[in-house]
Amino acid sequence: MFLINCPFCGEREQSEFKAGGEAHIVRPKQPTELSDDEWAEYLFMRKNIKGVQFERWNHVHGCRKWFNMVRDTSNDQIKAVYKMGEKPPVK
Amino acid sequence: MSNNLRFKTSKFIDETYRVSFKFNNKTYFGFKGDTLASALLANGIHLVGRSFKYHRPRGIMTSGSEEPNAIIQLHDNSSRTEPNVRATEVEIYEGLVASSQNCWPNVNFDIGGINNLLSPILPAGFYYKTFMWPASFWEKYEYFIRKSAGLGKSPKVADPDIYEHKYIHCDVLVIGAGISGIMAAKMAAKNGFKTLLVDEKSYLGGSSIYDNSEFSKINNQITSSWLEKEINEISKLENLEIKIRTSVAAFHGYNFLLARENLTDHLPINQRENKVRQRLLKIRAKKVITATGSIERPLIFDNNDRPGILLSSAIKKYIDLYGVACGENNILFTNNDTAYETAMSLIQRGIKINAIIDNREQIDSKISYEVEKNNIEIYKGYTVVDTYGYRRINKISIMKLSKDGQTVIGDKTKLNCDCLGVSGGWTPAVHLFTQSGGKLKFREEDQVFIPNVYPSDQISVGSCNGDFGLEEIIRNTLSSIKKFLDIDNSEYKTVETISGLNQSKRNIWLLPSDKSIGKTKSFVDYQNDATAKDIKLALREGFRSIEHVKRYTTTGMGTDQGKLGNMHALGIISETAGSKMGEHGTTTFRPPYTPLTFGTIVGRNVGEFFDIFRRTPIHDWHVANNAEFENVGQWKRAWYYPKDNENMHQAVQRESKAARDSAGILDASTLGKIDIQGTDASEFLNRVYTNAWSKLAVGKCRYGLMLNEDGMVYDDGVTTRLGENHYIMTTTTGGAAIVLGKLEDYLQTEWPELDVYLSSVTDHYATISVCGPNSKKIVSKVIPDLDLSDEKFPHMSFKNAKIDNIKCRVMRISFTGEHSYEINIQANFGKSVWEKCMEAGKDFNITPYGTETMHLLRAEKGFIIVGQDTDATLTPIDLQMDWIVSKKKYDFIGKRSLYRSDTIREDRKQLVGLLTENPEEVLEEGAQIVADIKKSPIEMLGHVTSSYYSPNLKKSIALGVVKGGKNMLGQKLIIPMENKNINVTVADPVFLDKEGERLNVKL
Ligand SMILES: [Zn+2]
Repeated sequence: MFLINCPFCGEREQSEFKAGGEAHIVRPKQPTELSDDEWAEYLFMRKNIKGVQFERWNHVHGCRKWFNMVRDTSNDQIKAVYKMGEKPPVK
Repeated sequence: MSNNLRFKTSKFIDETYRVSFKFNNKTYFGFKGDTLASALLANGIHLVGRSFKYHRPRGIMTSGSEEPNAIIQLHDNSSRTEPNVRATEVEIYEGLVASSQNCWPNVNFDIGGINNLLSPILPAGFYYKTFMWPASFWEKYEYFIRKSAGLGKSPKVADPDIYEHKYIHCDVLVIGAGISGIMAAKMAAKNGFKTLLVDEKSYLGGSSIYDNSEFSKINNQITSSWLEKEINEISKLENLEIKIRTSVAAFHGYNFLLARENLTDHLPINQRENKVRQRLLKIRAKKVITATGSIERPLIFDNNDRPGILLSSAIKKYIDLYGVACGENNILFTNNDTAYETAMSLIQRGIKINAIIDNREQIDSKISYEVEKNNIEIYKGYTVVDTYGYRRINKISIMKLSKDGQTVIGDKTKLNCDCLGVSGGWTPAVHLFTQSGGKLKFREEDQVFIPNVYPSDQISVGSCNGDFGLEEIIRNTLSSIKKFLDIDNSEYKTVETISGLNQSKRNIWLLPSDKSIGKTKSFVDYQNDATAKDIKLALREGFRSIEHVKRYTTTGMGTDQGKLGNMHALGIISETAGSKMGEHGTTTFRPPYTPLTFGTIVGRNVGEFFDIFRRTPIHDWHVANNAEFENVGQWKRAWYYPKDNENMHQAVQRESKAARDSAGILDASTLGKIDIQGTDASEFLNRVYTNAWSKLAVGKCRYGLMLNEDGMVYDDGVTTRLGENHYIMTTTTGGAAIVLGKLEDYLQTEWPELDVYLSSVTDHYATISVCGPNSKKIVSKVIPDLDLSDEKFPHMSFKNAKIDNIKCRVMRISFTGEHSYEINIQANFGKSVWEKCMEAGKDFNITPYGTETMHLLRAEKGFIIVGQDTDATLTPIDLQMDWIVSKKKYDFIGKRSLYRSDTIREDRKQLVGLLTENPEEVLEEGAQIVADIKKSPIEMLGHVTSSYYSPNLKKSIALGVVKGGKNMLGQKLIIPMENKNINVTVADPVFLDKEGERLNVKL
């Protein structure tokens, strides 16, 4: 079980958190201008890589805040956590 | 039975404390300090069970948690009964009752033993091949398999014991208190690390604590004496906590470990009252030192499973630690030097050794010369090819090995014995290391897998790291712990060791036989009866990956997870396939390392805490008034209120009739309530609901539908504008938490610029819904100051009011289609206001109704229930609710998806009403809907989602989803059931009062 360093609360058990899929996917500002394919790209397509992945997490049983995490899915090492709207501190 | 099996030399056995116990209904005696296994052996009992598949007689094989055979049932037929317990781990106590498993009528005569004779037709994969086809026969096969197989019986009554969970945080966790674990713990604790040392045994020191031989010394002292002083020293250290009888079950990432601490299992039953039996420790360690030791390997030869065949190291432990001889005529069979230590332990006590069979041609160690000096014949370069004796071994036959070890040559010699000790070298116990994600490497010289890449801040020391000699164990433990803890002082000045053993080994995974492999039974996995032949068969049939071979042959899939035989399985696979060890993978060891009881896993979460539920503030009233409850999410909701032996149908008919004829009252407190505030609250609602919100006047309510971004209906409910920047949203009972989470997600991640704040207030309010033509009269009695006229308080509006000076919010909204009011009041006043309404409604036959009646009433009106009539594949258009989708709004969640090529298809499933030809016939929810039953295969058009008998309409009504249903009004369809086909007509989903006149009914 991970120890996750919530950017608002500090280190907490993984059981307090919920994973929320790939990070840095921005909801299109003008969905009506998009073709079916473009909309489907936003709606359905998510990466699932073995290696360094950018993810959204929610401290659902804590401060309820969403934040981002850089995690290596091959060994579950958390490289960084950072707030929504911030740029990833690592590549 | 002979009496000379017990030797009164062990300090671990208290000979003044005799303990009586029962095994298979007979009473025996042992001493305090015995395990069940050692006590049975002292009574001359080897045969304790039958094997799983062939029902072969099996005896005690080991002395620890790796035991595959001596699996017993404790306290059969009592509340404390426990199956699959390893006799080698049970410490005996007065009154212990144990019995054999997997045999009928008894262990000495077992009917299932016939499987042994049938074994040529029970090869690997037998179950897959035979019982999978035809599928319809499975039920019949299963009956016989279940009856004749099965290990142990589960308890039939509640467990009387107490269990608990505990978190532990430490700097350093040391797993295993053998010689390297003790040294590591001392170094850590003395250097200021808060340290926890755990060991699964009841004593500290591992196998070195009974190493009294002259052939291994530390600082010129006998190993056990040196170690005792060390243990004495560390038990006084303040920084160190020591837990015995504590087995680490799981090693997860981030150094999170689970361990089971056993607190009362060694006590007589009458001393266990009110004590915690087992504790699950949840350990977070900054650093982990694994010192779990190693497990002796058996040797794989024909009939290597008879009672009386034990690991050589187990024979040594039984005599050295428990003072018990496993046999009176012993033979040892080995490929390395450690069996000679066993020989010396037996020689010292004058126990007879008939011979030693050694695979090696050359043996050159001090200890082997010493054994030879005692006139014990050593057959060098020989192997055992067969064993004899049904319930106990009585003979072996041996032959000379060829130079390459692949065949046997020369004549066969038979030797008598009543006990055979086998030693195939040692396998590092890397289970926990691999559980943590560690990667192994294979060491060719002695054919072992050892830790290679550590995934977290941890290290393995001692023989679990592949160090087997005393000298290298101590040297490497000292140097690697110093480095690992980054300390200068090891706490040990000089540690000099003497050992009489060499590390030479002649490893042959499958020993050759004079018979063809098809005629041999060389067991690799004792517990699951998997043989070398089975593994070879699996390879012949094309399986290559170890994980596939494992499942096909069931090797390593017993409760012991193949602690003894997995290495041999890998070895035989690589030899047969001509590949390198590990090339086909090593099997994955999964938690728990040894089985856990369910009690330990659930801890205190039993009884009412197993699955906690939420009660509404009015719950006690429902209980007092005979309500039946249904679970909705975590909530207990009143389902219906049976009167005078009514069944559910009768109660619901009465309740729903009363609600439409006069007045009904519903506890709606479970509906999710979200308080929404902020200057952008209206804009926010515009974005999350399909309809428009900015023009909703203060004091007005509106029904809203929420979609997922994929356009599918997700939740619904009424939201009220309490003030300019203040709304209260209601959600479905089950959807409350998910809706709040989703709204927060959008607010925080997509629209952080919006000034909106969300709070869950579900638990803060009790919600009482009074409906029916007389509801206005009743509410006016409860809140006399409130003007309830249709002009002042029309449908879909809200008023602040007071009941006895307590503020409340009253909404005039309706989920039944009747004139109705919803009173929201601070939760702790809920019950008294409910009772007030009941009192006020007395003259109007006010009838409490539950969720079932609520569902019926709303179905009459064609109102959907999200999750019942919808299933995340329906858009509002599919639900024929086009009216709620704003055409003007530029965007809202899910809007773009409503005109994807797939969502605009005409033949999507759409919500329709269904009326049966026979108005008395009520459809089954979930039933399939078809148009043509002659077509093959029949095309399924959809299914029934809601179905009731309406007492108000005096006919059966139903809702369902049907492909292209929107354009099928009036069309006949068929509901095929098991014995009949029911004819239905597609109808408008609104069955009652389409014009909504009842909302303003005046009586
Ligand atoms: Zn937090």
